[in-house]
Amino acid sequence: MRRVAVIGVGCSKFGELWDMSFRDIVLSAGIEALEDANLEGREIDAIYVGNMSGGRYLAQEHISALIADYAGLAELHIPSTRVEAGDASGGLALRQAYMAVASGMHDIVIAAGAEKVTDVGAEMAMDILSSSADREWEVFCGANLPALFAMIARLHMEKFGTKPEDLAKVSVKNHRNATLNPKAQFRREISLEVALNSPYVAEPLRLFDCAPISDGASVVILASEEVARKYTDTPVYISACCQASDYIALHSRRDITTMDAVVYASKQAYKQAGIEPKDIDVAEVHDSFTIAEIIAYEDLGFVEKGRGAELIREGVTELDGEIPVNPSGGLKACGHAIGATGIRQAVEIVLHLRGDAGKRQVDAERGLALNIGGTGATAVVTIFER
Amino acid sequence: MLPRFWRKIKYRYNLVGTYCENCGTYYYPPRNLCPKCRRKSRIKEVQLSGKGKVISYSIVHDAPENFKMMKPYVVALIQLDEGPVITSQLVCKPEEVKIGMRVKAIFRKYGEEGESGIIYYGTKFVPDEKIS
Ligand SMILES: [Zn+2]
Repeated sequence: MRRVAVIGVGCSKFGELWDMSFRDIVLSAGIEALEDANLEGREIDAIYVGNMSGGRYLAQEHISALIADYAGLAELHIPSTRVEAGDASGGLALRQAYMAVASGMHDIVIAAGAEKVTDVGAEMAMDILSSSADREWEVFCGANLPALFAMIARLHMEKFGTKPEDLAKVSVKNHRNATLNPKAQFRREISLEVALNSPYVAEPLRLFDCAPISDGASVVILASEEVARKYTDTPVYISACCQASDYIALHSRRDITTMDAVVYASKQAYKQAGIEPKDIDVAEVHDSFTIAEIIAYEDLGFVEKGRGAELIREGVTELDGEIPVNPSGGLKACGHAIGATGIRQAVEIVLHLRGDAGKRQVDAERGLALNIGGTGATAVVTIFER
Repeated sequence: MLPRFWRKIKYRYNLVGTYCENCGTYYYPPRNLCPKCRRKSRIKEVQLSGKGKVISYSIVHDAPENFKMMKPYVVALIQLDEGPVITSQLVCKPEEVKIGMRVKAIFRKYGEEGESGIIYYGTKFVPDEKIS
């Protein structure tokens, strides 16, 4: 296996991008990444794109060819492939691109993620996202994604004493971080009181415990170590990119307060990178709901099972803490553009490792990104180092 | 009615699950392959008792379209006495529900599909007062 480097990153604005089409959004991220890598376009060998549901959000399938086309690459006839794993689709695209370069099959590969959700109403948008859970045996009963994460939160509270205030603190932190991120959807601070008094969506989760569903696109460009040297003096290397799956429905899992797919993928990733959880300096994790960030602290091994809330109480994961988590603002405040999220997380970690993260810059040599599909039936853990 | 729905009617209405005779595990929703035994699976259909306890729950306020009429409603993970955990609705006052409470299955209406007006039925649960 060859060593793989990131030579360019790009990200569109995240949010309700009413005046931009799917194609416009993808292009804005793509152009930024090509400029960042100083690529002309002809050098690209392949594209992998994560997109959860072009079919239901846009009534458009065949997203792979569409993206290659509107990126101006149609006449180069390079292979373009769409991958899907609910809101872990971006993570999958990154892993496919990583494998294509690591294996020696290709030298320069684009990993993209994109979703345009606001062409359908908010209720339909949530119904589509909820199809990342089990449509027939969960969603049928009225257990949509917020209700399923609410049941995870309820049991975590019962078993480990996690409090509504702990969940709210995750939201407050991520909103504060997003004020420093020009691409973020929500760039204003919120108080603990506002979060704790927002209306219930699915008890115990309130409005400020739930990430929005957003429009957005992100792109990273990968190259072999040797090729990367020609394009950049500040390559960031991917030292592991591991994926795991689990039962699709929460009710079939061993324990709903642990995401076994995250445990499995992260253990593999640490082993492959030859490091331990304590060696991670910064992380982007999948806070589709605030409880998911607290569980991620535990399942990634930052703290033992049941003690995740302590990290947020003690400020360990704040921007100036020991392990800053979601410096971008996370899914909660940067926005959750479903298929784009896994790539956006990678972009964020790369910016920090290069020292290009602007006002939210943290001091880091190694970073981790965790992308989850649905309630945790897919997990992708990627470790980056400079 | 969508074929993907009526294909499952027997299992939804009557709480029919499956049992693996090789390892002695019950499954609901039914599975044709036991994830513990895979090729050695020996699966047969079984009627489940419909008795169990609440593992976790949520009171849903921001309800999906088909469930607006019912909100707020209670969804729960219920562990049946035979072992499998099932996602279902609980018919009770939101303030009644507690983790660990005993419940039993009943047959109820689930929802209506907007324009077509098709009514879906299935299994829900109610507090099992005899025991708790
Ligand atoms: Zn078996």
